[in-house]
Amino acid sequence: MNFLSNLTRSQGDPRVIKTGPSSLSSSDRLTRGLGWFSLGLGLTQVIAPARVVQWLGMRGKESVVRACGVREIGSGLLTLSIDKRAGLASRVAGDGLDIALLLSALAPANRQRGYASLALAVVGGVALLDIAAAQAQARRHSRVSGPARDYRDRSGFPKGVESARKAWKTVVGSPLGTHGTPNSSPEKQDAGAGKTIPTGN
Amino acid sequence: MRALVWHGKEDIRCDTVSDPEIEHSRDAIIKVSSCAICGSDLHLFHNYIPALMPGDIMGHEAMGEVVEVGTRAKSKLKKGDRVVVPFTIFCGECEQCKRGNFSVCERSNRKKYLAEKAFGHSTSGLFGYTHLTGGYPGGQAEYLRVPFADMTHIKVPDSLSDEQVLFLSDILPTGWQAAVQCEIEPDDTVAVWGGGPVGQMAIRSAMLQGARQVIAIDCVAERLSMAEAAGAITINFEEESVVTRLNELTGGKGPQKCIDAVGLESHVSMGQPDTIYDRAKQMMMMENDRPHVLREMIYVCRPGGIISIPGVYSGLVDKIPMGQAMNKGLTFRMGQTHVKRWTDELLRLIEEGHIDPSFVITHTASLDQGPDMYKLFRDKQDSCIKVVLKP
Repeated sequence: MNFLSNLTRSQGDPRVIKTGPSSLSSSDRLTRGLGWFSLGLGLTQVIAPARVVQWLGMRGKESVVRACGVREIGSGLLTLSIDKRAGLASRVAGDGLDIALLLSALAPANRQRGYASLALAVVGGVALLDIAAAQAQARRHSRVSGPARDYRDRSGFPKGVESARKAWKTVVGSPLGTHGTPNSSPEKQDAGAGKTIPTGN
Repeated sequence: MRALVWHGKEDIRCDTVSDPEIEHSRDAIIKVSSCAICGSDLHLFHNYIPALMPGDIMGHEAMGEVVEVGTRAKSKLKKGDRVVVPFTIFCGECEQCKRGNFSVCERSNRKKYLAEKAFGHSTSGLFGYTHLTGGYPGGQAEYLRVPFADMTHIKVPDSLSDEQVLFLSDILPTGWQAAVQCEIEPDDTVAVWGGGPVGQMAIRSAMLQGARQVIAIDCVAERLSMAEAAGAITINFEEESVVTRLNELTGGKGPQKCIDAVGLESHVSMGQPDTIYDRAKQMMMMENDRPHVLREMIYVCRPGGIISIPGVYSGLVDKIPMGQAMNKGLTFRMGQTHVKRWTDELLRLIEEGHIDPSFVITHTASLDQGPDMYKLFRDKQDSCIKVVLKP
């Protein structure tokens, strides 16, 4: 990617020679992977629900699978966004619903229950990853609880606000409230108007 | 040299990159002594502002020493000069520059064809701020090439520390311009949404420019305490209704002047359902920005009042109550900062000891620690309000 973006740079612009450590942690990368997994699974469920129910032996539940797909896509988008923690929370909740649905497919009458068991094991594993990622994100991005630092000694006015106000009046040389922009001066408004400006650099 | 490079959403790395070179006779190369992470860098970090590319160097608040000067810049700069670099690059010669509208310089955006498509007309080039504004490498690096350097610089005296003058590059004049746009009168109440670095500067600028009372709105305790330090009344929007409290403080009339120092990433909370709506739409790519603050300002601002917007917006926003704004006769003023327009008087106030912008710095770190500092600043951990990096 750097090679391609370097093509857009001018000759004097710096180009990446060697990359350093990323601001993305391993938990960020895991979260991103889970987000893409969510999107992929969700799209599969929305596009081909008949295949999914056939595989799991859950005929007649196509609309439920499609609804799960829409939920997965929503969770995936949220997990890939900067609101990762909300995305992961929605994924954990979704895992619970998926597990409940798959448990209903383990009935002895279901000839596909072997596949349903396999799917249940996969969902269980992914749920553990979701929980681990959610906990890691909470640790990494939460503000530490406790009293906030008090900055009430940082006024920015070493000589006090009244002194600064007086100084500003002197600097500007006009009473408060009439400090106009250069546009307010007709002389400046006209300056340069109508000239042809060459482009460059 | 080393530089903080964007590689993708939330992925910033301290990379080794080639050194910048003089490309044009008006260029100069600066050895960066201090640079800072700006709130708007977080919009880029989150990839909310389009046309940033992997490999782009971040940062638009930088200062340092001139180490190389192009032939045509030598009349104004020489090796060894200590300069702050305004984040808006300007030629000083075009019609807009002559009017003092430096942030819409007609010549400094080298990729103006992109800006013209996106904005209708080109704006100025900006450092480290997407290819819509020129794709110029930013200042979170050991060295920085400054285009139009004969104009794009602020010489600063050795008697002042980096921390005292660094913010002339952006946040101090940005807060200042936000207040100037309000045309503050002595009996005015100015409400400032957002207590981040620009909000803090806007609060102090409104104080200096003579507001009767300044009200700061945020939900982060340390930001509110910093606003109190300047004499502002504070509203924690997670604990009380902003509209109710502002009306209480203004005899039911609302503030005459409102400043949006938040921009496109309004805080999302259950107590403000429109923020959830915006976040959902933003995630579905149906809306670029979350304009909760704009809606609230329009609703609460006194009829005939002024709304000043230094906060960055990137594109399309939704559900802006133009009916309220039109019928109340509100005036909107906004824009990237015409930095150089304000820096002479601000530098004089700093030199005379009336303002010390270093109050806002809460963290100082090396460039190598930059990626971690981005996360710290974004998550507001360790009471972080402003990070300065020392390359």
